[in-house]
Amino acid sequence: MFLKFSLRSVFYGAGGGNDIQWCFSQVKGAVDDDVAEADIISTVEFNHSGELLATGDKGGRVVIFQQEQENKTQSHSRGEYNVYSTFQSHEPEFDYLKSLEIEEKINKIRWLPQKNAAQFLLSTNDKTIKLWKISERDKRPEGYNLKEEDGRYRDPTTVTTLRVPVFRPMDLMVEASPRRIFANAHTYHINSISINSDYETYLSADDLRINLWHLEITDRSFNIVDIKPANMEELTEVITAAEFHPNSCNTFVYSSSKGTIRLCDMRASALCDRHSKLFEEPEDPSNRSFFSEIISSISDVKFSHSGRYMMTRDYLSVKIWDLNMENRPVETYQVHEYLRSKLCSLYENDCIFDKFECCWNGSDSIVMTGSYNNFFRMFDRNTKRDITLEASRENNKPRTVLKPRKVCASGKRKKDEISVDSLDFNKKILHTAWHPKENIIAVATTNNLYIFQDKMN
Amino acid sequence: MLRGRRRMECTLDAQSLISISLRKIHSSRTQRGGIKLHKNLLVSYVLRNARQLYLSERYAELYRRQQHYPDGAPLLAMPACPPPAAAPPELAVLPLPADTQDREARSCAVVRGGAELLEVPVCAAPPELQRAPCRDSSPGFYRATGSAGPGGGGSSNSAAPGLLYAAGCDFGSGGAPHCSSRTTVLDLDTHVVTTVENGYLHQDCCSQCPCCCQPAPGLASPPPTPGTKRKYYPGQEEEEEGVEEGEPGGGGVAGGPPFAPCTKRARFEEYSAEHPQDSSNISNLISIFGSGFTGLVSRQQADSEQPLNGQLCSKQALASLGAWTRAIVAF
Repeated sequence: MFLKFSLRSVFYGAGGGNDIQWCFSQVKGAVDDDVAEADIISTVEFNHSGELLATGDKGGRVVIFQQEQENKTQSHSRGEYNVYSTFQSHEPEFDYLKSLEIEEKINKIRWLPQKNAAQFLLSTNDKTIKLWKISERDKRPEGYNLKEEDGRYRDPTTVTTLRVPVFRPMDLMVEASPRRIFANAHTYHINSISINSDYETYLSADDLRINLWHLEITDRSFNIVDIKPANMEELTEVITAAEFHPNSCNTFVYSSSKGTIRLCDMRASALCDRHSKLFEEPEDPSNRSFFSEIISSISDVKFSHSGRYMMTRDYLSVKIWDLNMENRPVETYQVHEYLRSKLCSLYENDCIFDKFECCWNGSDSIVMTGSYNNFFRMFDRNTKRDITLEASRENNKPRTVLKPRKVCASGKRKKDEISVDSLDFNKKILHTAWHPKENIIAVATTNNLYIFQDKMN
Repeated sequence: MLRGRRRMECTLDAQSLISISLRKIHSSRTQRGGIKLHKNLLVSYVLRNARQLYLSERYAELYRRQQHYPDGAPLLAMPACPPPAAAPPELAVLPLPADTQDREARSCAVVRGGAELLEVPVCAAPPELQRAPCRDSSPGFYRATGSAGPGGGGSSNSAAPGLLYAAGCDFGSGGAPHCSSRTTVLDLDTHVVTTVENGYLHQDCCSQCPCCCQPAPGLASPPPTPGTKRKYYPGQEEEEEGVEEGEPGGGGVAGGPPFAPCTKRARFEEYSAEHPQDSSNISNLISIFGSGFTGLVSRQQADSEQPLNGQLCSKQALASLGAWTRAIVAF
């Protein structure tokens, strides 16, 4: 423990950021400025050990990267992530009954904890969840009696002796196969999946309902939350995200477009329409605008690893809630407050509907979220310092320390600052992930995946 | 809401916000992956907010002008609006404000609009959405009315489905402040946003309130005849609603009372046949902001027209609602 600490550099950066000095490590994806729509990354997720990193894209593909084993000779950096497996998870579908096309875009990927040699993950598009098994094959049987090596069958009459086939090593092959398909349970668009701490069940949430599944059973699910009003004209809010508590298998939360979070206990009743706790912060009336409802809509909710806190992301801020206190968050961090005066243009160009995600580091001391211009932000909960960094190919020398960035809201722009009006709103970082144990982060720009590590000395 | 000096530009912004929002809802219907319920809901909130500000501006101005013509304006029938339920922004059933007398005096001045507009000012914000205090001049909803309807309150609905407009009563300068009005229209088919200036004679306007809707010459062409297949015909809604009922939900999905799409459609056709769209030549005007389906009944109508009930009003509202509500109701 102490040894590990000393390996990490504890610098106080010139920009007043975190103790960590973040360095560029790798970037994956096409270099073109012309982004193919299918290549747009739609989800990023580390597995429980951090050895595997999965991405999903708009084209329905899943790409899994694996970290190289640490090389004793290269003690100054951790292993690189290289492509481990690529497969087509979802295909576009057409619902003939409703004349609706179902997008193949992967909305979420969640890893199951590893139980045996194979890896399992859940991936979902708008309507269907699939359980994928990713397994390695590095041996193959050779020496069959009735088959040639190339697979052709031998004429049995030519067999004169018998031998026992043996396994011989082969080039590593990684196979992905769909083991379960959980379909036809959602009328509306699935926005979240979350695996229960019992590792047997999981939930899937769409705009109005949350269903509970058993990983082994595909033809049935239990509806545990239903907020669809009897009369759809009375609809006032939708579910935007849902997650199981990391430790209590009976507890889950779901966030709404109205900025509220409800915590539900499945022991209380079969249908958890009545919440056990309601987390809501009263709106500041002085901030009221045409777009108040939009910017208060929660786009992501994540429990801390400890399970004591949860974090929510709305358009302009990140809030940390203590599960024991419902009436307000314990911490609020402004991600890009300078956008508050630009909401009208952001509404026009649809950016105000962007759904940013957020994540915790392994020790729950730092939270991270994305912004525009390929900026991403980190907030240290202990030191109360924050830092803005940029994911850009310009800093692409490995072990180059990233320079903190600053946006100038108004008035005189200092050197190296960027004015709000010159931000590129097409370059948005919606998806980020933090390694569960190390200071390694994966940051997705539109079609590229950046991996940053802290500087090790 | 935004106050102070910015209010004027906000009013203008409100108009453009309304048209932008409507455009977004319209385009969402053709997006890949189906209509996104969440986004449409948020857009409808913006619509509601913009409408509230826009109408409150208009209403305040009309009230000020009304003070100058106290005896010129006949009373306007007030609708009986049941209290709001969960009050969605765009379909809020609007509570009648306590000071009805006051409002009636003001409201009559408001009658006009694209030749077919009956504006009934009611406090627009449903309770839980009224974090900021609702200004007492917040007007309510629009309903497109048939032109030249009899004064008894038979404001027939001539708005063509598939079209959206925001009627504004902008009192221009000059000797007949009552009678000039400006209408911002968005044609969902051609995506053309136009502003139509209407002119009325002051006395015509006042003498035939609430439905002094002599269409001004040169206004847009008559709405399409009933039965014309339009993009946002309730039939589409019916198709989606009917299908939705047959969804294979997860176990234990609680279904609400089924929609009655067929009934609504039938009523719409029947109604349109009974009240043929006439002289208004605003074929590409679209009525927006019909309020709650049960909130459109005027008292007089309730008395005089027997079949007029919540559901009839709902089809009136359907006729006057544009695609933006159907986008939501369609689920």
